[in-house]
Amino acid sequence: MADHKTEHLPGAGASLHHYVRGLILSVLLTGAAFALVMTGALPRNATIFVILALAAVQIFVHMVDFLHIDGSLEQRWNVYAALFALLVVGILVGGSIWIMFSAHERMMPGMIMTPEAF
Amino acid sequence: MTILDLPEAHSLHAKQHPPAHEDDAELTEKTVFGFWLYLMSDVVLFATLFAVYAVVGRSYAGGPTGKELFDLWFVLAETAVLLASSVAFGFVTLAAQDNRKTATLAWMAVTFAIGALFIVMELYEFHHLISEGAGPTRSAFLSAYFALVGTHGLHVFTGLLWMIVMAVQLARDGLSATVHRRLGLLGLFWHFLDVIWIVVFTEVYLIGVL
Repeated sequence: MADHKTEHLPGAGASLHHYVRGLILSVLLTGAAFALVMTGALPRNATIFVILALAAVQIFVHMVDFLHIDGSLEQRWNVYAALFALLVVGILVGGSIWIMFSAHERMMPGMIMTPEAF
Repeated sequence: MTILDLPEAHSLHAKQHPPAHEDDAELTEKTVFGFWLYLMSDVVLFATLFAVYAVVGRSYAGGPTGKELFDLWFVLAETAVLLASSVAFGFVTLAAQDNRKTATLAWMAVTFAIGALFIVMELYEFHHLISEGAGPTRSAFLSAYFALVGTHGLHVFTGLLWMIVMAVQLARDGLSATVHRRLGLLGLFWHFLDVIWIVVFTEVYLIGVL
């Protein structure tokens, strides 16, 4: 098992059950998202909401079972860096959508552009 | 230890005293953190591409829409292939932990083969779109699509090149502390690309056909 050469590596302490659990959960979550869209079982907005939630859960599963981010004290700086990146992502993506759609709504009718993302 | 210590000082120190385990451990911890910071900057790169797609993803300029172009069964197959490749690298990590060199190499070959299949599928998809007149110059939607999915594919391709380099180093040096460390970083990179793909198939393909 892990000796001095591997104990500080990202996979340290990983065991088979992490990968098996990650695989099973990923198959279920991905399958559910594709099935919802392909069958059209829910209305459009509900489908978008649910598949975004499924994606968020699957990212969490991958982080824990594949990237082995476990929130231990040793990893606290990794977690802080990830939280900061998440903040930047929120500003970038959320801000872009907000600004561009606000600009779109203020456009004169008949002007080009019909962005209707999501 | 603090993360502010200069890594150079430690690597020099480690060269003078090769068997010092604490030095290896500290160097590994810092290298992994540095690589993690690179991955977080990559998150920001992808976030800009996701933001662009979110804004212009429905600007078809009279051209084909995502609903007309995307084959969800094909995307599901691509997703399964990339997931399988990610899990296969898990077995590389486990074999390396047990210091089984041959098994590590064998699982890396499996990971490489499945990853290469993903790239082949993606190139086929791009070729198919372009030959249908849905290339990156057709509309803002397709420019954003090719930029985002292409950047992800380029990362996967880089991961494959890295795997070849690691296979050579592993065959030459065995599972040394350095090879262990680099395999760990490659694992982070490879699993990270699968995380990015979750957002790609959700935002681009699934929401794209709705």
